[in-house]
Amino acid sequence: MSLPLHLQEIQEHIKSIALAQGLDPFETIYEMVDYQKMNEVAAYEGFPTRYPHWRFGMEYERLKKSYTWGLHKIYELVINNDPCYAFLLEGNSLVEQKMVMAHVYGHSDFFKNNLWFANTNRRMMDEMANHGSRIRSYRARYGVQPVEEFLDICLSLDNLIDPHSSFIHRKGGGPQNMPTDADIPKMPSKAYMDSYVNPAEFMDAQKKRMEEDTVRSRKIPENPQKDVLLFMLEHAPMEPWQRNILSIIREEAFYFAPQAQTKILNEGWASYWHSKLMTEHILTDAEVIDFANCHAGTVAMNPGGINPYKLGIELFRDIEERWNTGRYGKEYEDCDNMVQKLNWDRQLGKGREKIFEVRRIYNDITFLDAFLTPEFCWEHKLFTFEYNKKNSQFEVFSRDFNDIKQKLIFQLTNFGQPFIYVEDANHANRNELVLWHRHEGVDLKKDYAVEVLANLQKLWTRPVHIRTMVDDKPVLWSHNGEEFSEDAWTPQE
Amino acid sequence: MKIRKDHARFREIVRGRIRKNLKRFISSDELIGRQGDEVVSIPVPRIEIPRFRFGSQESGGVGQGDGKEGEGVVDEGDGTGAAGSEPGEHALEVDIHLDELAEILGEELELPKIEPRGNEAVETTEHKYTSIRPTGPEGLRSFKRTYRRALLRQIISDTYNPDNPMIVPIREDRRYRACQETTRPRSNAVIIYMMDVSGSMGDEQKEIVRIESFWIDTWLRSQYQGIESRYIIHDATAREVDRDTFFATKESGGTMISSAYKMCVDMIQADYPAGDWNIYPFHFSDGDNWSADDTQTCVQMLSDEILPHVNVFCYGQVESPYGSGQFIKDLHEHFESNEDLLTSEIKNKEGIMDSIRDFLGKGK
Repeated sequence: MSLPLHLQEIQEHIKSIALAQGLDPFETIYEMVDYQKMNEVAAYEGFPTRYPHWRFGMEYERLKKSYTWGLHKIYELVINNDPCYAFLLEGNSLVEQKMVMAHVYGHSDFFKNNLWFANTNRRMMDEMANHGSRIRSYRARYGVQPVEEFLDICLSLDNLIDPHSSFIHRKGGGPQNMPTDADIPKMPSKAYMDSYVNPAEFMDAQKKRMEEDTVRSRKIPENPQKDVLLFMLEHAPMEPWQRNILSIIREEAFYFAPQAQTKILNEGWASYWHSKLMTEHILTDAEVIDFANCHAGTVAMNPGGINPYKLGIELFRDIEERWNTGRYGKEYEDCDNMVQKLNWDRQLGKGREKIFEVRRIYNDITFLDAFLTPEFCWEHKLFTFEYNKKNSQFEVFSRDFNDIKQKLIFQLTNFGQPFIYVEDANHANRNELVLWHRHEGVDLKKDYAVEVLANLQKLWTRPVHIRTMVDDKPVLWSHNGEEFSEDAWTPQE
Repeated sequence: MKIRKDHARFREIVRGRIRKNLKRFISSDELIGRQGDEVVSIPVPRIEIPRFRFGSQESGGVGQGDGKEGEGVVDEGDGTGAAGSEPGEHALEVDIHLDELAEILGEELELPKIEPRGNEAVETTEHKYTSIRPTGPEGLRSFKRTYRRALLRQIISDTYNPDNPMIVPIREDRRYRACQETTRPRSNAVIIYMMDVSGSMGDEQKEIVRIESFWIDTWLRSQYQGIESRYIIHDATAREVDRDTFFATKESGGTMISSAYKMCVDMIQADYPAGDWNIYPFHFSDGDNWSADDTQTCVQMLSDEILPHVNVFCYGQVESPYGSGQFIKDLHEHFESNEDLLTSEIKNKEGIMDSIRDFLGKGK
């Protein structure tokens, strides 16, 4: 249902203010839905036309339940698409609707202008509908159950992609000459100095390295490949319809990846703008309290985790303040006088310009890396917590800036998920697949891993393995289609 | 709505998993204590889509708020990183309506539907405090709403001072919670549970009674709109107790089954006129009665005062290493052809499923 007339007028008003402030959103289409429809759309991750699958039903039930218990309410849903679609919840108060619309323009602007979204499909609404109708036709043709089972397999692998791959342009691919002795890489030198700069031992070592490279190039893949889904698409034996479903799952995973990469930034940006637009331009006096109540709910803190809305909005405000007053750069950082630092104001007025730059080129990781400061952590009472096995609870671990920053960035790196690569597709010369988990201190959850391996095996059809660590010891987990097994594994030179 | 199909498919998968695990659920106490008024939340193993991920316990996270190093963090959920507070992973819990669970039970055990007697649709009213109004007793004042009205009024009338943010509500600001009436059909069925808690009934025997009662309760609830439960425990004397006591009591002493039956008779006469009520007495014992005389009294009471008034009388005999198990034989002797009295011997937890079928399989 499209917006009622009085809200359309408000929407125009908010839009003109947003544009005047420098926001550059997609054309945004609002729809008013009741809570059931809202839960439905949310369960489909924003796309009401998505392919049929039970996990959407599971998510719907979860949303419905927590809505019924009053645990959450979805105020709004925005879809990265051109035009941008936004869903408003029927029955919200007028103040809430205004706030949500202002918030949505923030998101819409972010989708359009943030670099990490540059390669996303802006016609995803149509694309998702196409995916839906393709999978429906496979269901009709090959049976509901085989299609569902295959979808389950694909979905259990859909986090094994490389979201950066669309930004990387690799050279090569065409035929190359076999390297000869003349191609051995050496240090640049004048001819008469050559035997000193590149002595015989060095040249031998270089030659050996080159030969090793040649040996490695016989391996598939040549180097560990992070896009496991792509590797399966290119190398696993499948029916055409299965290959098609797998590529659909991969495409959708790529579409959603930037949203996970920019959660703090995106929500922070939208919250920054709804707050600014509402308090400076839109609110009437009588609405102030209700707005404050509603806004406070959005940015409420929670000791058990970080609220991305809160962290994002505060960081944006902090950046604006710092660049307005010039509290950045060598001169400020080297200053030892705390009083002077506290009253530092170079009257630069560059805050607005800076935050627009941030929204354009950063993602969550680079954002926190560049702009999280010790002062900020202290002011907002951030801490890290760890699980204490002794008394079975989470405990405050540290309030040290470096600890906090490291932990935050670790959680965000690779979406807080393990790094998994395809290492060898012809293990033991028996066509067995070996994945490699790049262990960074945290073990994999085993019961899940066992099931993923079982699914991967169905796809690969030959035995599959993953190289990982358990309690600091290298292990090889394997699944041969019948059963799971675990072996010690010795790293080889 | 399009989601209905996906949701229905999800429920179907869940039901399939429950059905597959039903025998395990029935012979363990996994579901006991998980039931609310209408739903029971069932841990369904392996339903989420598995992915490579970290064990959430180990990774910790970042939070905001007060607290010194080493102090516990209150996890209110909804955060990134943190998860539940218990070690070990728990399976996804899915709420199943008791009716639905009963339906699965009914289908698996092939239980026939019960034909209720008496007139149903007797209604009672209930009050729920769900709305807000400007008048009411002080006990029901909503602090938050009142505060917000007062804050708003003071800001509008310019008497709000941000440096000294004192809010003084006046009469007009006050808001009160108000109740709404809802009607609910009154129950016209009652289950009277009786349990022998004499010395020979051990913890394991009581556990069996507990689990079996849960399933009987689930099934009968699905057959009647609202149902009452009464609990009687007895050794040499009987007394009425609440549910928790019923399952928790440890007693010792002799056994006079007649004392419980006497109380059951009194209960029926006082509260449940048989014309309107469906009455289900269940008696669990290890079958070791004090004397043959007392057993004779029991038989007398059953045939004269209990069986004429109830839908069916069920006697479950739990095997115990100390009991003689004589009582069930006496009942068989006296009531062999009487279909209103059902007996069942329960050897161990695995026997619960068959016992339920014995009791409920007749459709009474």
